[in-house]
Amino acid sequence: MSKRTLEVHWGELHRGYVEGLNKHLAKDDVLYGYTLDELVKVSYNSGNPLPVFNNAVQVWNHDFFWESMQPGGGDIPKYGVLEQIEKDFGSFTNFKEKFIEAALTLFGSGYVWLVLKREERRLAVVKTSNAINPLVWNDIPIISLDMWEHAYYLDYKNDKGTYTNVFMNHLVSWNAAMSRMARAEAFVNLGEPKIPIA
Amino acid sequence: MALRSLAIRKAIGLGKSVGLGLRGLQTVTLPDLPYDYSALEPAISGEIMQLHHQKHHQAYVTNYNKAVEQLFQALNKVDTSTVVQLQGAIKFNGGGHVNHSIFWKNLAPVHEGGGEPPHSSLGWAIDTHFGSLEALIQKMSAEGAALQGSGWVWLGLDTEFKRLVVETTANQDPLVTKAPTLVPLLGIDVWEHAYYLQYKNVKPDYLKNIWNVMNWKYASDVYQKECP
Repeated sequence: MSKRTLEVHWGELHRGYVEGLNKHLAKDDVLYGYTLDELVKVSYNSGNPLPVFNNAVQVWNHDFFWESMQPGGGDIPKYGVLEQIEKDFGSFTNFKEKFIEAALTLFGSGYVWLVLKREERRLAVVKTSNAINPLVWNDIPIISLDMWEHAYYLDYKNDKGTYTNVFMNHLVSWNAAMSRMARAEAFVNLGEPKIPIA
Repeated sequence: MALRSLAIRKAIGLGKSVGLGLRGLQTVTLPDLPYDYSALEPAISGEIMQLHHQKHHQAYVTNYNKAVEQLFQALNKVDTSTVVQLQGAIKFNGGGHVNHSIFWKNLAPVHEGGGEPPHSSLGWAIDTHFGSLEALIQKMSAEGAALQGSGWVWLGLDTEFKRLVVETTANQDPLVTKAPTLVPLLGIDVWEHAYYLQYKNVKPDYLKNIWNVMNWKYASDVYQKECP
């Protein structure tokens, strides 16, 4: 991902969302005191979003996306994350294929996510349109990939395939995923209880 | 440069449509641009025009043909669930083909009338419905700028009430998905691929400059056909 892309994507677009959000927050006392997570869920308003939703969720999405990457990323996860992926997808390779397929079959703008689904208590690959984020369904995002054209067009033009592969092989931060999983496990019980046999 | 027709159809004749009496499958092809890639500069760069036409529009054409072929086979086998499942790909890629085919005709180089305001009946209708051409341009540009994600902004004609409307559609949905009585006069592609390389995030600049190469003559012709 080139410096130029980050300058525009982070420096201008993400910054624009932050400034827009701050403007909203300055005007509206009702929104006082929410954390960003809460603000996203509340302003989503069960599918009838309030005006502040778009800026709030895009700030959240971009924060999350930058932190889902690291220099020298890629490779494969270790320990608990790898175990859970193998449990829920069969193998890491299978997960990777599913993730890439979701990215390539997404129509229009959106994101691809590795989420921990709260109710099903398992990991899944999910694609969302425009700025929608799995938080609104009460699921816990672990990794995301921005598939809006602005995320890759300067570097790859319309070649989504190469962009997605570069992300998986060189950018994705499994360290970030591990810490997010660890935190998620405080809310979702993934293990089976070890009931001693009398 | 001669303007080829919107969708040149050529049959590829499926060999064995056993006793079902179905005609050969017809595919669509990428229409030629009626001008050079660089002809719309500085409003839209040659690089964007080339990518937009040769990669994006071509991909819609290719994938639409693929989806339709799969649809054809599913229909033959009476595989209803596959027929339904393919609708997403057909709507997206078919819509992409329809929309972009109109788009290329909506634009014209300045020396071929691009940017020249509409006269006669369309000009009069615009003044009646929107107050002035400037008001219409302002409205369309504002709606285009406000559109979140990918989509199009349209100047359409409601053929039932003979009224002009400004509408937006998401992704590659054609204007008819808003109402079957709507006919597109002008469409502006506000997908990021349409402007990002040149304008980066500054979508409003793209929406300001594109009016310099707008082919109002095409819109007038369509309007006059529907409202003689």
